[in-house]
This record gives sequence, structure tokens and C-alpha cells, in this order.
Amino acid sequence: MKLPILGAAALAAVMTLAAGPLTAQSPPQDESEKEIERYRQMLSDPFSNPGFLAVDRGEALWSTKRGAKNVSLEGCDLGEGPGKVEGAFAKLPRYFADADKVMDTEQRLLWCMQKLQELDTADVVKRRFSGPGVASDMEDLVAFIANKSSEMAIQPQLSHPKEKEMAAVGEALFYTRGGVNDFSCATCHADEGKRIRLQGLPNLSVKGKTAQETMGSWPTYRVSQSALRTMQHRLWDCYRQQRWPVPEYGSEALTALTVFLQKQAEGGEIKVPSIKR
Amino acid sequence: MIRTFIPLAALLLAAGSASAQERPAQAVIDAYLKSTFGKASAEWQARIKPDESLAVCNTTRNNPSSAESDAMLKRESARVVYPADGKFLGDWKKGYQVANNGRGGQFSDPPGTVAGGNCFACHQLDPKEVSYGTLGPSLAAYGKDRKYDPETIKDAYTKIYNSMAVVPCSNMPRFGVNKVLDEQQIRDVMAYLFDPESPVNK
Repeated sequence: MKLPILGAAALAAVMTLAAGPLTAQSPPQDESEKEIERYRQMLSDPFSNPGFLAVDRGEALWSTKRGAKNVSLEGCDLGEGPGKVEGAFAKLPRYFADADKVMDTEQRLLWCMQKLQELDTADVVKRRFSGPGVASDMEDLVAFIANKSSEMAIQPQLSHPKEKEMAAVGEALFYTRGGVNDFSCATCHADEGKRIRLQGLPNLSVKGKTAQETMGSWPTYRVSQSALRTMQHRLWDCYRQQRWPVPEYGSEALTALTVFLQKQAEGGEIKVPSIKR
Repeated sequence: MIRTFIPLAALLLAAGSASAQERPAQAVIDAYLKSTFGKASAEWQARIKPDESLAVCNTTRNNPSSAESDAMLKRESARVVYPADGKFLGDWKKGYQVANNGRGGQFSDPPGTVAGGNCFACHQLDPKEVSYGTLGPSLAAYGKDRKYDPETIKDAYTKIYNSMAVVPCSNMPRFGVNKVLDEQQIRDVMAYLFDPESPVNK
């Protein structure tokens, strides 16, 4: 267990160095982006990316007996049948007949905790995003589940009418402006080659490589936050920067946006957990 | 002439209805928004309730028809409040602070946070500053290139106060109308753009 922790420390040092040229060079984008990409490749092995610690913790949690029923999550149906984790993440969000709802990974996990384990999820939701000294069961579990779809293709599920509605609403929400600055997702993510300050912005308004690489790299280990983050956190942070109200964790609009983004990223290769700035 | 116009009009109508079908009914979209943002305070909820212009931008994906554009320009122009003393330019040094401040309006901001304009997030301004965004055009040498023309100065004030009074469904925030910046902050940013001593014009 010591090896990955040492790796994490080295990684933080390396990423700090990598970030150096980002603010010191002009033109800023290409060369520093190349440098970061070089480090990303160097760090892609499981012993260097601290995100894999979350995968290990998630695996242990998956088989831990909890809740009033004192059972593990191993009976949870993530869409591919009870207990089948391999490939499930590649097809999420999707429609679940037992809940009569389209759910993303987090929503489904909470459903399984409540229905299968009869676990009071208030504490789990309270710790939805990890912080200093606070572990997140949800981040760890999603890391484990997502990793079991690594090297598979993103397969958006759009056959059920409710899945179709989710994709259509997600697309509309992508273009819905609001907050004191009139911002929507599209304000930043609907054009090629744009950036905020020095941060490159993926164009997610069109299907293809950019959307595939973006969606295929979540969950990710965020070096700047020293934490594994999932799409739930990414969208929460986007809405924060859009100057919108706090979005409810595991709620309909976030899942709709995720369905739309998965649709844009169809066929993309999942490589998770990845590592980002 | 009439014969050729009719099929064209029919075609445009067909295209219009096709894209309208793709967008779910507003009531459906609103139900999703309520699920996700419904627990926020009334003040926060009001911020995502689009006004008349923004509602048009949302349904047309920022491509209003020419009639909608004309109505929007008229409506938004009427909302611009110019300085009573006619002075558009404040202190460029304070303007830099406003342009460089990205805080305000976020749910993570402590109450009472003074909002900035965050201009550098999207625009180049001082050519010596390398950390600038590209969502908006470069504004380097803005005043100098325009020879500090008084009409241009007034137009720039209009644009900052209410971008949609100039460009329908502009991506730029409506800083004055939405009360992100007050009059003095806008005047200071104006000076950052138009003062010959400002680094923007050096």
C-alpha cells in the first residue's frame, strides 16, 4: 500500500512543475498542454495514480455488509443483472424498471443502499464529495464500478421512452441560460478551441472525439483537489461557475445532462480513473 | 416570384417545426429544473427564471428571428441606465481590479462578496497579461484603436451595461441590468479600456 502513496506525493510535485510553464510561456496553450499530456501518460499506471486507491476502497465497500439488512451491495443490479459490475458503467445512465426511472451510477447506488441494504443514506449523501479527512463512499464506489468498464466503449442507452426524454431534456438544459451572468453549459462548451483564462474548453455541442475523450475520462483523480471526482461533482462545479443555484445531488437535471453528454460521446473509450489538473 | 416564395416559406416552416419538436415542452424541462434546483431559496430560484429576452435565447439557442432580434434590441436598450453626470470613465486602476476579479454570484461565495467583471476569463486586455481567455474577442488597445472617440465610449458603456442592447442573445453577461456591477465599477472598467494611461492601450 505504500507504493501508491509515495507515487501520489511524487505526482503532486511533478504536476506542480508541469503547471509552471502554463503561466510563464506565450503562446501558452500548446506546449504546456503537451507537457501535461506527457505527464498524464507517465502517470497512467495504477501505481502512480491515486485514483486507484479509490477503486480499491470502492471494491471493499461493495462487498461490505451494511444497513438494517446487513447485506453487501453485491446483489445490486446496475443494469446488467444483480451483482454484475463488469461493463455496467459503460451503459449508465439507463432506465431501471424496478424504480421506473432513468438513473446514473450514483442514483442507482443510493437506490440499492436504500432498498437492498436498508441503509440510512443521509450520512452517505452528506459525504458525497470527499474532503480533507472525509472519505466519500460514493466517490469510491463509482471509481470501482467505472473502472470495471475501463477499455470499453461508451454505450448510451436510448431505447426506452424515458431515456429518450432524458437525452432531449439534457440537450435543452445544455443550452439553457440563467444565473446573474446568463450562462449555460453552451456558453463555454459549444465552440472549438476556446479557453477560460488558460484552461482549454472541450466543445461538447458536437458528437465526436472531444466529447468521447472528455466523457471517457470521468471519474478522474483531480490533482488540484487531491480527490477522486465523478461527473456528479463536475456538473456541480460547472453550475457553481455558471452562477446557478446549488444542484441537488443525484437529481433529474444532472442525469439528463449526463445522458445527453454520453450520447455526444457514443463509442468513446472509457479509461478510468484518469488523472487531471 | 410568388410561386418560388411559397415552397421556400413552407421549407422554413418545416425546418422550424422540426427543431421545435426536438426541444421538449417547457413544462417538461421545468419539472427537471425543479427536481434539481427546487430546494434553493426563492432569491436563487429567481436567478434561473429567464426574463423575456433570455427565454427567447433559450428556445432559439441564441438564434432569434429578425423580428425577435428587433424586439430584443428595443426592449434591452430601454433598460440601459447611463450615468446622470454623463461621465463614462472612472479610474483605470480600479477598473483593472474589477476586470481581474472572478468572484461573486457563485453559491460558494460568502454573503456580501463584491462581484467582479472577470473580463480576463474571456478577453485579452493588457497585452502583457498571458493568462486570458478567448471566448470573447481581444480588447487589447481597445481605446487607442478607436481613437478614444466619444460615441464609441458611449457604445462600450451600453455593451457592458447590457450586451443584449447591442447584440441579441450575446454570450456576454448583462452586467448592469443583472446588477453584477454597479455604475462606478462599470465606469472604472471603461477607464481600463479607454484611458490612454491604461496598460490596455500601452
